[in-house]
Amino acid sequence: MDVFSDPANLQLYIDSFLMILKLTGASSLLALVLGLLLAACRVSPVPVLRAVGAGWVHLFRNTPLTLIILFCFFGLYSAVGVEFSDDIHVNNYWLAVTGLSAYTAAFVCEAIRSGINTVPLGQAEAARALGLTFAQNLRLIILPQAMRSVVAPLGSIVIALTKNATIAGVIGVAEASNAMKTLIEARGDQTIAIFAVFALTFVALLVPVGYGFSALANRLAVRR
Amino acid sequence: MSASVLYDHPGPRARLRNRVLSVVFAVLLLAGLYGIYRAFDGTEQWTWQKWEPFFGTVIAQNGQPVNFWTDYALPGLLATVEAAALAMLFALAFGLVFSAARLSDHRWVRVPAGVVVEFFRAVPVLLMIFFLSYGGFWVFGTFVEPFWSVVIGLTFYNGSVLAEAFRAGILAVPKGQSEAAYSLGLVKSQVMRMILVPQAARSMLPVIVSQLVVVLKDTALGYIVAYPELMLEGSKSYAVFGNVVPTFFVLALIYIVINATLTLIAHLLKRRADRRGVTNPGTRAAAANTAAAGLGDGGGVAA
Repeated sequence: MDVFSDPANLQLYIDSFLMILKLTGASSLLALVLGLLLAACRVSPVPVLRAVGAGWVHLFRNTPLTLIILFCFFGLYSAVGVEFSDDIHVNNYWLAVTGLSAYTAAFVCEAIRSGINTVPLGQAEAARALGLTFAQNLRLIILPQAMRSVVAPLGSIVIALTKNATIAGVIGVAEASNAMKTLIEARGDQTIAIFAVFALTFVALLVPVGYGFSALANRLAVRR
Repeated sequence: MSASVLYDHPGPRARLRNRVLSVVFAVLLLAGLYGIYRAFDGTEQWTWQKWEPFFGTVIAQNGQPVNFWTDYALPGLLATVEAAALAMLFALAFGLVFSAARLSDHRWVRVPAGVVVEFFRAVPVLLMIFFLSYGGFWVFGTFVEPFWSVVIGLTFYNGSVLAEAFRAGILAVPKGQSEAAYSLGLVKSQVMRMILVPQAARSMLPVIVSQLVVVLKDTALGYIVAYPELMLEGSKSYAVFGNVVPTFFVLALIYIVINATLTLIAHLLKRRADRRGVTNPGTRAAAANTAAAGLGDGGGVAA
């Protein structure tokens, strides 16, 4: 374990996981906003908007994330000249966030859409029969029920996103998998210890999140 | 649109409004697409010179004739399918063994199996692949080939996901089934083999096909450790022709066609299973849950 007693290595390890958290934080926020908009499109009565939502979902859900993030770098940045910052590290970070958010938004959209679909038709019919307007129906009847059944799938999405953040390493973001590679290359004799530390950090981060979300989902579940 | 929980059946006024909104948003959409077109056009991404390699053999700068499809895409696709198929096969075996282990009556089997499954579900596939590729020499005394680090990494992750899916499927078979089997004098292994697994398996078929999409997408991680799969082979195209954007579009299209086909098959299998009533409400809910989780994982980790 003495590989981590070197302060430089310890710092590399800590920074790499802070980077994972930063990637996950920014991407989950952006993906949630974008996913909500896409879900609104997919359930809207306007065919064009439904097609936009469906198109986005099919495009991004079926493409490997590696390809999307590579495209953000080689396509958007190198070829087309999209630039977020003069600092190459900051720029790569935002390019990775762009790819992660665009990809994850497709899954968020589907989770929210299927959440809306779990609300029984009778609920909305009863609301309309009582004279509730569209906005009231959405705010008082449908969304409160739909949001509850979306909690569990959103939890899975956050967990997947955290793990997916490692793929940002492919465009040079200093995240956990790159840091692990660097440490193994420097101290190969301690490979098992290094892998154990990185892997168990992910376990320690994600297993509680998983249990937390499923406990929350159970608590909020609509009993039917 | 058929009955929706959000909207009433549209009357004349709503139909008119929807039509107007359709036109408005169609115009906005076209404007957006045109903006994207112009952004790429500004850096000359649409020139025939950059797209020509996808429509036949082209003489590269070094004077060699190069065909994108036969030189890069097909060999890459073959390597992708090879890794995905083998990983899926191993993952199925892993999933079967560990779901059975997690359902064991013996604590000393059940608990370690649970720990293994939880561990591999939480560790990113890329971390596994790097461990095998860069640390393999130190741990096993021999370098692990990129092919095997991709296959093994994918096996452990997807095997764990499938183990959970199988377990949920078996637990969802109504209790009366196993009670009846036990009362007929069958022992536990017989109940599993003859009663529970066959019923759970049919409702699990769509889940397995969906997981295949995750595996296929994750093989693109092979790019990072130099396994010559579709992504890496395809990237040779822009090294030769300097057509980065067109190459990414074509590669994405290949992945999308394959994965959309697999998703469609999964959907049809699910519908057939539902129609035949091979799924009881419990297994159907379990399949839906795992499918939702699988979706999130679509990223699967990766990707």
